[in-house]
Amino acid sequence: MPDAASSPGAKAPHAFPISRRGKRAGATFSPPTDATLSAGEIAALSKSREGRWRPGLSDQPWHSEIFSETADASGAGLALGLARDALSAASREDDPLAEPEDRRQVLWVQDARAVQRGGRPYLHGLPHELRDRLIHVEAKTPEDALFALEEGLRCHDLACVIGEVVGNPRALDFTASRRLSLAAEKHGVALWLIRLEALPDLSSARMRWRVEAAPSTAPRWNAAAPGPPAWKAELFRARTHAPGKWTLSNDDGNLYVHTPATTRGDDRRPDASYDRTSYTRRVGSRRPADSGDLVRATVGRSLAAVARG
Amino acid sequence: MNGAGAEAGAQPGMMLADARAVCPQIHTAPADPAGDLAFLEQLATWSQRWGPWSALDQPDGVLVDITAAAHLFGGEERLLADVERAFVRRGLMVRTAIAPTAGAAWALAHFGPPRTIVGPQEDMMRRLGDLPVAALRLDADVLTVLRRLGLKRLGDLAGITAGPGVADDDRDYRQHEASGRDALHRRFRNRKSPAANPLIRLDQLLGRVPEPLLPVIPQSVPMVQRRLVEPIRHRSLLDRVLDDLAIDMARDLEGRGEGARRLELGLWRVDGEVIVRHLELASASREPAHITRLFADRLDNVDAGFGIETVRLRASWAEPIAAQQGDVEQTAQRHGTSLAACIDRLTVRLGPHAVRRPVPRASHLPERAVRWHPPLDPLPVSQGMLEFHQRPLKLLDRAERIAVLYASPDGYPQRFRWRGEVHEVIRMEGPERIAPEWWREKSSVRLRDYYRIEDAEGRRYWIYRHGIAGDGRGGAPDWYLQGLCA
Repeated sequence: MPDAASSPGAKAPHAFPISRRGKRAGATFSPPTDATLSAGEIAALSKSREGRWRPGLSDQPWHSEIFSETADASGAGLALGLARDALSAASREDDPLAEPEDRRQVLWVQDARAVQRGGRPYLHGLPHELRDRLIHVEAKTPEDALFALEEGLRCHDLACVIGEVVGNPRALDFTASRRLSLAAEKHGVALWLIRLEALPDLSSARMRWRVEAAPSTAPRWNAAAPGPPAWKAELFRARTHAPGKWTLSNDDGNLYVHTPATTRGDDRRPDASYDRTSYTRRVGSRRPADSGDLVRATVGRSLAAVARG
Repeated sequence: MNGAGAEAGAQPGMMLADARAVCPQIHTAPADPAGDLAFLEQLATWSQRWGPWSALDQPDGVLVDITAAAHLFGGEERLLADVERAFVRRGLMVRTAIAPTAGAAWALAHFGPPRTIVGPQEDMMRRLGDLPVAALRLDADVLTVLRRLGLKRLGDLAGITAGPGVADDDRDYRQHEASGRDALHRRFRNRKSPAANPLIRLDQLLGRVPEPLLPVIPQSVPMVQRRLVEPIRHRSLLDRVLDDLAIDMARDLEGRGEGARRLELGLWRVDGEVIVRHLELASASREPAHITRLFADRLDNVDAGFGIETVRLRASWAEPIAAQQGDVEQTAQRHGTSLAACIDRLTVRLGPHAVRRPVPRASHLPERAVRWHPPLDPLPVSQGMLEFHQRPLKLLDRAERIAVLYASPDGYPQRFRWRGEVHEVIRMEGPERIAPEWWREKSSVRLRDYYRIEDAEGRRYWIYRHGIAGDGRGGAPDWYLQGLCA
């Protein structure tokens, strides 16, 4: 795969003025507060910003969209997986004075059509740590759902907000999504908005995913049973990361990148050999070596966009 | 019924047509028990001007404890005269009595001569002996029993329990008393309520056993109001008035150390209409900005008509909250709203049933195993969940029927059609049999066999077969899809 140095960002002017950015908690690369950057710094900046996404990154965006179908719960599953991933990454980095256990509530907003088509979250199927922390909002219209989402983002006592909206309602235009982005970034509450059966129209979400279900690996003790959930996730638009495709799996509460070798091929028989080493466990800054060929090179990102970040 | 009506021939329990026939000019008013009770409560509070403590005696009496208070009015006779004067000034008829026990005072006020006063040193039985047994505050069926036994006066009853009037010697007297009292005790041995047992009532009247009474404690509700010089017709002015009221209310509540849980806003219009808006808060609060913001949504459909002249804000439910020190730095850092304020805003706009949280319930049926509660209520105590099986992430409100292709009716599903799409079952776990709850449902309800399945594209579902073939509760079993796994 081509390195970031071959991207247009490397052919930079020697000094590029950068506006002073507000310091965001948990940024991997904090730009120097000096008004200018040298070419080498810009290269490092662009490299760190254009790195591929992987689970466990602490620099998670505040507003993400996940496009999925209502015929399965993969959108909700991936949203929960990403949310838990981000929350655990944030709690790792936080100061030692923080509470040992996160007891903040999670707001889950659905509009009426999402409830009707995809059902509502089921207490006994939720992850353990979220079972007594969920507040569910059933909004009749998309407008009410957007109101509830924004109110949730303004609330500093919430851990995160998960929303489900069906289709492309007129109320959810670029202005509305920009409102959500700004509210989330101002108050520091992350939003994962699941867009069910929607076209990817104009939006200001910082990361946009497209997800569908993937065949799961066979559990060790009953090879004929469905295994831990897996999804084919495509990051098709991101502000700080290169787009890419992954097969993600959520086992015992952690998000894994699933190597393509272990996905089932044409044979319908479940793969009996359950090899944990075929997963790339998210550890610190180790780079997922086996997801490289799925990612295409970054093209068409201007340096100004990189510096603005 | 008043005295004039009784003189004209009307009686309680008479039909209105009969009463009109007896006395054509009779004036009637519909019965209003709730209004009477409210008036009586008010009267009981008012009656505390003669003593520190008063209790309701439904439906038409008030008991006042005037212990060590009579000298303030110049003695007991003058106190009773003052009471009668005050009641007459209010247009009420009253019968009064003073006695050492509440039971005796009640008996004298209802059946004795007016303005009777019995001192603590007097022989109570001699003063009260001529009153009928109805003075004991007994139920009607007990009075019938006593009448059949020939016990008409309090003296008769006391005579039985105390033996014949003059005892020959001490031993005989005590024997008589024991036998008479035992007989009555046996007669009413399973009547535990005082109103059904004349012995308990008699002892209460004579002060031998204590009689608990429930005092009336006046409790004022925090209320602020504005009477407006000029009736207002515009929303911006109303918002301004509401701001002022919310600030007044916050000051009032702060003085009491309380926060409002329920607020009522009354708008009196010039033409006599009253518009009332209610608001319930998820947790006690007295922030004026929060209250104003919540009411702003409720005032959108107010029709001011010719103008609103009075606005009143009432906190009909308040809970104590501690005063908090405002931390300047903290508020500067932690911008945004608190959870309670967020829930309040959502509830006000979306309705109380839209914002809820799931809590577990002891049931085997998946859709019954979750109950939805208001979000900030404390979690109910529940047994730990037994987790032998995996459950889906999302559950449909109603299980949807699917057409299933299977090898045998009792066998595994191989292929099914749901919402017009055919799914090939590749992997499957099951069945997990969930039997109907026989202690709650009819015996004809069928059991369910749940399967967790995955189709060719990796979509995971939770489906069940409703019943088994040949269980005698219907024909071939149907299949349903109930949950979507992550």
